[in-house]
This record gives sequence, C-alpha cells and structure tokens, in this order.
Amino acid sequence: MWDYTEKVKDHFLNPRNVGDISDADGVGEVGSMACGDALRLTFKLDKDKRIQDVKFQTFGCASAIASSSALTEMLKGKTLEEAEVITNDDIAEFLGGLPKEKMHCSVMGRDALEKAIQHYRGEAEKKLDGNLVCECFGVTDKEIERAIRENDLKSIEDVTNYVKAGGGCGKCHDNIQAIINEVYNKIPVIAPASKRMTNIQRIKLIEETLEREIRPALQKDGGNIDLIDVDGDHVYVKLIGTCASCKASQITLKHYVESRLREMVTPELVVEEVK
Amino acid sequence: MPVIYLDNNATTRVAPEVVDAMIPFLKDYYGNPSSMHTFGGMVGRHIDAAREKIAALINASPDEIIFTSCGTESDSTAVRAAIESSPQKKHIMTSRVEHPAIKNLFEHLAKTGYRVTWVPVDREGRLDVEYLKNHLTDDTALVSLMWANNETGVIFPIEAISSVLKDRGIVFHTDAVQAAGKVPVDVKEAGVDLLSLSGHKIHAPKGIAALYVRKGTKFSPFMIGGHQERGRRGGTENVASIVGLGVASEMAMHHLSDINGRVRAMRDKLEDGILKNIPNSMRNGCKEPRLPNTSSVSFEFVEGESILLMMDEFGICASSGSACTSGSLEPSHVLRAMGVPFTAAHGSIRFSLSAYNIESDVDMVVEKLPPIIKRLRELSPFWKNAACKIQ
Repeated sequence: MWDYTEKVKDHFLNPRNVGDISDADGVGEVGSMACGDALRLTFKLDKDKRIQDVKFQTFGCASAIASSSALTEMLKGKTLEEAEVITNDDIAEFLGGLPKEKMHCSVMGRDALEKAIQHYRGEAEKKLDGNLVCECFGVTDKEIERAIRENDLKSIEDVTNYVKAGGGCGKCHDNIQAIINEVYNKIPVIAPASKRMTNIQRIKLIEETLEREIRPALQKDGGNIDLIDVDGDHVYVKLIGTCASCKASQITLKHYVESRLREMVTPELVVEEVK
Repeated sequence: MPVIYLDNNATTRVAPEVVDAMIPFLKDYYGNPSSMHTFGGMVGRHIDAAREKIAALINASPDEIIFTSCGTESDSTAVRAAIESSPQKKHIMTSRVEHPAIKNLFEHLAKTGYRVTWVPVDREGRLDVEYLKNHLTDDTALVSLMWANNETGVIFPIEAISSVLKDRGIVFHTDAVQAAGKVPVDVKEAGVDLLSLSGHKIHAPKGIAALYVRKGTKFSPFMIGGHQERGRRGGTENVASIVGLGVASEMAMHHLSDINGRVRAMRDKLEDGILKNIPNSMRNGCKEPRLPNTSSVSFEFVEGESILLMMDEFGICASSGSACTSGSLEPSHVLRAMGVPFTAAHGSIRFSLSAYNIESDVDMVVEKLPPIIKRLRELSPFWKNAACKIQ
C-alpha cells in the first residue's frame, strides 16, 4: 500500500474543480489510456487576465487525481506568468509529498498546465521535442533531460518514477543512463542490459528489429526474411527471395541477422533457419 | 469499521482452530523433534500426524509430503529438482500466466542456458493445450503449469496434460497453491509428479507450505543441510506451523463442499450483481472451469488503484491487476497474456472469497461499487466520449 499523505487522500476522495469548461480559454491534454493515466485541464481567464476558473478530468490512480485537484487549487487567481513557473515539485509539495514512484503524477499536472497555456497563447503545440527515447510511454530525450535537471535525478529508476521513461520494456535503459551521464558530465558506463524483458516484449523487439534494421538491408539484394516462431532464445526464421537460394545465406543468417538481433534484443539469441 | 475481506487469493485469515492447535508448540512443547529425549521426540509424532492430514487432502502418501517455508520455496525446489534429475535436457515449458514464483524462475533459467516455451492462453485464459503438445521435444525436461490462476481463477486441465506427458520422461509439476482447498485436488487422478501448496492460502499461517513428490520421482534437495524431511529439505522443522497446516488441511477437506456450494453462490451473486449494475464492466477469464471463490472484473475508463482506495473507505479489501498497484508501470502480465486491452486491464479488480465470508459482504460490494465506478468515471476524461458512443 502506498504511503499517501492525508492531503493526497483528501484531494483524491474530495477532488476540487472536477469538470470541463466548455468555453475555455486554454485546454491541455496529456497521457493516454494505454499509459494508465491521462489529464485534461481547462481554464478561463477574467478581465484582468487572471485564472478565474479551472477544471480537470483525470483517469488514473489516487495520486494522479490528487495532483490534478491540487494543481487547480494552486492556479486559481494566478496570472499565466505566475502559473507557468509552477513546477511538479510545487504540486508534490502542496500535497505534503508524493511517494517517489508516483512523482510522474505531478509531472503530468505540470505538463498539462504547460500545454493549456501554450494553447491559450496560440503557440503551436510543441512537437515532440527531441528524439524519442522511451517508445512504450512516448518520452523524448529532451523531456528526460529536463526531468533530470529540474529534479536532480540520479538513476534510471528515478527517471522512471518522474517521467515513466524506461518503465515498460526496458530497452531504452542504456539511452537513459547515457542522458544521465551527459547531464552530470560523467564517463559513460555500459549499463547492464534490461533483465525485465518479457517474452512478448522480446518477440515485439525481434519483430521491430527485423522490420527496421534487417529487412531493408536484405531487400536491397532482392531478398527478405520471415519470422516463423520464437521459442525461448531460439528465433526461427525463413529466408525468402534471393536469400533463399543464396549460397552465402548461412553467413547472412549467422553474421548479419543473428548478430544484429543479439545486439538489439539480447545476446543469448540463436537464429535458426526453417526451410 | 468492520473489514470486508475479499482478498483471500492474496492470503487468508488463520482459522481460530489452527491458532489453538499451534499455541502449545510455541509455549510448552518447544523440543526439537530430532532430539533423543522424550520431550523432543514427542513433537516428531505431531509432525507425522500433520503430514498424514496434508497427504489426505491431496490423496498422497505421507512420505510423499515435504514441508517447506512457502509456496515459492516449493516451486523452486520442484523446478530445480526436476532439471537437476535430467541435466542433459535443456528445454522446459510453462504458461504465460504463471505466478511470479514460476514466471521469474523460468526467466532466470532462460538466462542460464535453458530454452523456455511459454504456452499461450486464449482471451478467456484457457491454456492452448495443442500448442503445448506441438512444442514438446525429446529435450524437454519439465513442464510446470499452475492448477488454477491466482488472478482469474481459471483452472487448467491438469489431468489431460498429464496424459499427454505420460511415458515421455518429462517431469510434470503443478503449482496448486490457489487450487488446494478450493477444488478437489487428487494427485493420483491428476497424474502429476510434483505439486506445490501453501499454508496461508488455506487458513494456516504464512511461512509454511508443502511439496508433494510422487514416489519414484527423482529428487534432489534445494535446501541442503540436516537429515530433516528424510534429507530432502534441511532445516529444523517449523513445528507449530506444521501442526497448524495439518489442522488447516483437515478443515479444508471439510469445507470443500461449502466452498463449492455456498461460497460459489455468493461469488456468482457478487459477479452477476456487479456486471448487471455497472455498464462497461466485464469478467476476466472463462466462467468455467474456474475456482469457486474468485472473480476478476474489469471496469473500462477507470483505474484500479483508485477503485481499491475508494472501496477501502468502506473497509472492502480486494486486489487489482492495474499498473499503479503493482509498483510497475505496466498492468498484470496475466491479463495482457489473455489479450485484455489496456483500457480494461488498468481497471481490473479481483475479488476472492473464503468460507468466512457471509452474504452481507457481497451485498455491501454490490451496493457500494456502482457509485464508486460512476464517480471515478465522472472524473475520467475518456468516459464522456465513450458514453456517447455507447448510447
């Protein structure tokens, strides 16, 4: 059971400002159902350009709902200039703290606020800033870097707690570590490969690697490859097109396909051909 | 506030009769059963009596029962004994929906040179037995399958699988931690070589469990030490808990008809009441064959932890397969293996009953849950859009 403060419980059980302002001046939406939490924030300004009304709708756990509720209370009466300096830490502090595994709930609040302000100012929604690092939760290197700098994060686990990156299949752990190293100007260390990959994730990763890395290369030579089955560390494939009749196909298989898969998925993989 | 305990697949109340039987062995009869004196030796006889009762629960002989410290130790002992007995074989098989005690052990073995086949399940959680058959090889050392699933209660066809494995020199282990005491478990009919069961799921305390090892099954100990358990599990016996497990096993036999009658009827009433009164809710796992005490239900567009905490306000205890409750960011591997979409997996709740539940417990849930779900959906940004589509 999570150790929630009384204030978190209060804002969860009696959330303030629930709803949707139909003629809102600013609207911000973050998260998705697949990710397990999502927030829609709407606000209306008064004639002095202060936030007169603000409402939220949240799908998620108790701390996600409490963070959203807290944020709306903090925003009332503020100018956008005052609002935009609110950080995720401020939200967590308002609630008397959040369990560290739940810090991403406060980050979600800050992100929604940022988007709502951008929407009001008519700024184009910032495109995914930077390069995608965590595909499971759609987190970019810029977002990770920002979270590391703002919250003084030191480990992959910290990053996962704050922005969710690395909390899914785990294949981006090396990249996250690299960003942490860069921020702190450390000599890169090779992080151990993820130990948490499930079979489904492994199969997905094999498929992705085949699609993205291997097929295009084989297709250049008029060949192709089909994934037949994955059984533990054994990957069964079928070579087609020119590859099937190529005398060097075994070399392709072992030296290219297998080594590429080992590099991208896990070093234990054995690729076998199905005729 | 009274506790309405509907989380019996997590752990159960220790039966008062079990506690009473244990107390003398904590207070007065503290002798070591290995000792030569009468004071210690007499304790050994109580261990024998307990062993007989546990054997009776699963139709085994007393000398086929080894006491362990928990279900996980039973599972680890079984799996390691099986692979050590045929070291030349490097293929092992299990399902995609096992308890972490097996799942994580097999993932570990996969890294140490074993080829693991993960047998899939269908949308209703039923095992793909054909897939299992098609992937057996001469290299297969072990098949380990749970008797019943802890999250959905879905029961696997253990007897049918053992007949497939028969005479192939493949060790068959079943994790019956959730099944024992809830459905009849007969090791002879089931045709298994190794079976795990755990005390705290059948009203004995935590910290005591058993492993059935069929006579003639090659065995090597996991805990190496003294001569206890005839050299198959070293370590001074947890006497009081063993006595407790004996009493709990005896009671479980007597309660079997109650569980499959009264408790099953309460479970059905609970499940039907929820599904009828809450739109966009669904049962996870097939209706039958299923444990009579378990119901896993998903509520679309809401998140499990929020549901649990709101039920907690009324003293209702249950579990969730949502990501937020597991401490990870991903929902239950069992529901995902079944193909339950994220929208529903995040909002899954498991209710699991025991003989101690009464009718008013389920009535309370059927009364309190619909407004909780309604309230959380009103908070959810997805609900309005979904509701429009449904009408």
